[in-house]
Amino acid sequence: MAAASPLPPAPAPGDAADPAVEAHGLRKSYGGTTVLDGLSFTARRGRVTALLGPNGAGKTTTVACCEGLRRVDSGTLRVLGRDPATDGASLRPRVGVVLQDGGLPTGVGALEVLRHVAGLHSDPLPVGPLAERLGLTSFARTRVRRLSGGQRQRLALACALVGRPELLFLDEPSAGLDPQARLAVWDVVREARDAGVAVLLTTHLMEEAERLADEVVVVDHGRVVAAGSPADLTRGTAALTFTAPTGLPTASLTSALPAGAVVTETEPGRYAVTGVPADPRTAATVSSWCATHDVLPQGLGAARRTLEDVFLDLTGRTLR
Amino acid sequence: MNGARVAASPGSGAPSDAGAPRPALDLAPRGTAAPFLRRTLRQAGLETRVALRNGEQLLLTLVLPVIVLVAAARTTSVDLGEGDRPSLALAGVLAVAVVSTAFTGQAIATGFDRRNGVLRLLATSPLGRTGLLAGKAGAVAALVGVQVVVLCAVAVACGWQPDPLGLLAALPALVLGCAAFTALALLLAGTVRAEATLAAANFVWVLLLAGGGLVLPSPVPALTSALPSGALGTALRSALTEHAVAVGPLLVLLAWAVAAAAASARWFSWE
Repeated sequence: MAAASPLPPAPAPGDAADPAVEAHGLRKSYGGTTVLDGLSFTARRGRVTALLGPNGAGKTTTVACCEGLRRVDSGTLRVLGRDPATDGASLRPRVGVVLQDGGLPTGVGALEVLRHVAGLHSDPLPVGPLAERLGLTSFARTRVRRLSGGQRQRLALACALVGRPELLFLDEPSAGLDPQARLAVWDVVREARDAGVAVLLTTHLMEEAERLADEVVVVDHGRVVAAGSPADLTRGTAALTFTAPTGLPTASLTSALPAGAVVTETEPGRYAVTGVPADPRTAATVSSWCATHDVLPQGLGAARRTLEDVFLDLTGRTLR
Repeated sequence: MNGARVAASPGSGAPSDAGAPRPALDLAPRGTAAPFLRRTLRQAGLETRVALRNGEQLLLTLVLPVIVLVAAARTTSVDLGEGDRPSLALAGVLAVAVVSTAFTGQAIATGFDRRNGVLRLLATSPLGRTGLLAGKAGAVAALVGVQVVVLCAVAVACGWQPDPLGLLAALPALVLGCAAFTALALLLAGTVRAEATLAAANFVWVLLLAGGGLVLPSPVPALTSALPSGALGTALRSALTEHAVAVGPLLVLLAWAVAAAAASARWFSWE
């Protein structure tokens, strides 16, 4: 049941007063290149918070600072109420980490790695059910270096969970996963959240942010450009779309619409009207303009904008 | 009873907590670390098992030293210096064994662990950086222990008279030798690329074996006695042939250990 949809989790007592990660004005630069430029966000217990941004936006650096692997140049960072740069020893048993590049010892069998990490904790999860749940049993004895990317990723998640963490850091958790494995991973992440774990993940996959995250923090150039639930971020941004022959004179349609309207051919033969409400009045105007141009606007209707549309609007469409 | 479970599970694609075949996990957060000693011993055990399973490393840490030992003890063509020949051969090969495990093996393992992100991941686990280093030291000690047992057994087969007092006198040299060469290995592995570490660690092993004063007394004693290899070889030879603790060479090893550890602490990069 819990897996089906982003059920709003019951807020834990003291939720607002006790965030798992509290970042304020983080700055970090490497040799003159600014990576974090005053980044602020909060990740709460019992919530999945996604740092969403293009490559090089500063997501991995942010998580690495939270994990104590790097230090911020300035700003305040509190992880489970402590400073990760100086209180690492007390924080490490309470957090679980999946790194983007794995970091599992390569010469060791899959289950041996999991047992090893379990043994570093005093009260770990039982290894058997965890391995079964994440589908590790079929390659339990295979050395890590012979595992596929998806198998390694699931093993890494098991290693991050086995110590019963309060806070789970997942850097690109779906990288290299096939659709079945991705659903299995999302399912376990939601279950951890529902048990009260705070999850902070980075992703550039819109679908992952949209379906898994309770809170999305859109990061670009080391700054937060938008934050809120996926519903908040996409609310009120519906567009009227239709399909028609390619090359329609969009400027003419724009002038037929109220001021503020923008008509774009988003892909050949696919048109979107934004900047005005996607209501019956706009639809009627579009429809009558099409009639005078002897065009049938197929599939004319309001399409809710996806997180991807919002994201591209915020971060631009140029490759970097 | 197994049959009943299997019969119930087909068609359980619909998400239902009761009928789901997946095992439930108690993910309620309550993470606590195991005690430091247990974490360190676990890490040492893991690294020891990995090293003992690694064929290339076994070649370097056991097979080649055994060949050198047999050749040095059973032939007379090479001058090993003054003293009982099997004892001299064993002393030299124990020095080789320390360099193989503490320096070459540890440098290569650490270099690739660093490149593969293993050091970073373990640094976020309850092990931490201190536990990781302590675990590596424990693994080196365990592996050198295995080498001492195997090489002493082979030496006995080559006519060496078992000599507990000599081995006791050799203990400080073995410990300081491990410390100095492990620190040098970490300095190398933590500052250059994994591939360069691999090449350099093997090359240095060959150089020290040939002319570093490990097995053979050096042709240039003034130079090699200042090297950790020469100091280790001399200290082990004094211990096994004269039951003497050679203070001078031990101080040289100590100086190398302190200097390399300080340099590692300063320049070691975890990623």
